[in-house]
Amino acid sequence: MSRRLLLDAFKLDITINRLCYQLLESHDGFNDAAIVGLQPRGVFVARRIHERLSTILKRDDILLGELDVTFYRDDFRRREIITPNATRMDFTVENRKVVLVDDVLYTGRTIRAGMDALLDFGRPASVELLTLVDRRYSRQVPIKPDYVGLTVDTITADKVKVYWKETEGEDGIWLIAATANESNADTAV
Amino acid sequence: MSSLSSKHLLGIKDLHKEDLELIFKTADNFKDVINRPIKKVPSLRDITIANLFFENSTRTRLSFELAERRLSADVINFAASSSSVSKGETLIDTVQNILAMKVDIIVMRHPNPGSALFLSKHVDASIVNAGDGAHEHPTQALLDAYSMREKFGTVDGLKVAIVGDILHSRVALSNIYCLQKLGAEVMVCGPETLLPKYIRSLGVKVETDLKKALHWCDVANMLRIQLERQDIRYFPSLREYVMRYGLTLEMLESLNKKITIMHPGPINRGVEITSEVADSDQSIILDQVENGVATRMAVLYLLAGRVE
Repeated sequence: MSRRLLLDAFKLDITINRLCYQLLESHDGFNDAAIVGLQPRGVFVARRIHERLSTILKRDDILLGELDVTFYRDDFRRREIITPNATRMDFTVENRKVVLVDDVLYTGRTIRAGMDALLDFGRPASVELLTLVDRRYSRQVPIKPDYVGLTVDTITADKVKVYWKETEGEDGIWLIAATANESNADTAV
Repeated sequence: MSSLSSKHLLGIKDLHKEDLELIFKTADNFKDVINRPIKKVPSLRDITIANLFFENSTRTRLSFELAERRLSADVINFAASSSSVSKGETLIDTVQNILAMKVDIIVMRHPNPGSALFLSKHVDASIVNAGDGAHEHPTQALLDAYSMREKFGTVDGLKVAIVGDILHSRVALSNIYCLQKLGAEVMVCGPETLLPKYIRSLGVKVETDLKKALHWCDVANMLRIQLERQDIRYFPSLREYVMRYGLTLEMLESLNKKITIMHPGPINRGVEITSEVADSDQSIILDQVENGVATRMAVLYLLAGRVE
């Protein structure tokens, strides 16, 4: 197993900044929009985006939700039971422009479950997807992100991990390859 | 990531503390789900559950059925009174026939103690005991403990008095096991004739004076007198029982603290508890009912995760 840093704390901060301005570009003031982070790891991205947007817009009323998709997954009984996390949605999504946020987009199945879960809180005007890392060419369902922090090409045995100051002590995006050879031969950032 | 230590829920006695905590943590999520505009999740859409009730029930049957439907399971209901049981079919035959229709989980209430265990040894499905005679009623104990956990933050260290017909109560036995595993102190209170002879061997305090029990406890769980299970008379008259063991508002107000009142239902208003007490702000009886759906969803979800 080998680890390679894909994005350090400084560059990750710039990326978050860029994503916020891209959101502002298409959401014009963010008045009827809401950010919804997917549990467990997407909520950290969502909180950062929310914090930065609030600073940029000098507002404290931007909606932020945290959505757990455990009960909507398509692999229940096909793998070990996953202990669910808390869902915090203090608003309905009826007629809002929702930005779903996750850390790493891989097969797309979590996002599919996320859209199902989201619809239980109303009918949004639109749903977009923001993902910090897009692992290309690995989708199992037709899902495409609207905002991407970093695109990486990986093989199945690889893992991409996003670390945060709050939980791991330092911000950064890491590629964890099954073996050193594999990661050198088959992956390119 | 975690799952229950058993593929059945036969009684609290067989469960570990970790199982109870897993059920409560999962129930927290389902409590959230049933308070949403759309109170349903698709988790159990490929699971079929049969509710077999060989004994009358309102709350438990409705609560299970609602829990099953809110998990998107397919549900079939069976009441013994309108079935072939009255034509002489055995329990195993009845259940095998139901299982031949591809049922994954069986929720059963039966008047005979041990019937759920018996069934689990003879059929190939997950069994949930919804009450077996005067033995256990595990989901009631789970929702009771969950309601205490919700009210007090933890069950550990709580003093809980279970008052009434302990002898015929499956709720009492399951509650004793459950509360003790979670670190609570348990007292049973009732007339000597309605206390099982060896109840002390379970490590509970025993009291025959209701006032003393109320002074001691943080929570009083009031039980109904199970006349349908009483083959002889255990006390001289209902009036005398009410005078000695009926909980009134005056009695509650005479305490120097606010205790919490629980009741598994059905309530006999004016017998074990007066209407004023049942409807007072110290009573969490309706919270118990709401929590019943959430905890049953958690149990079914966790058991379904083990269905092959």
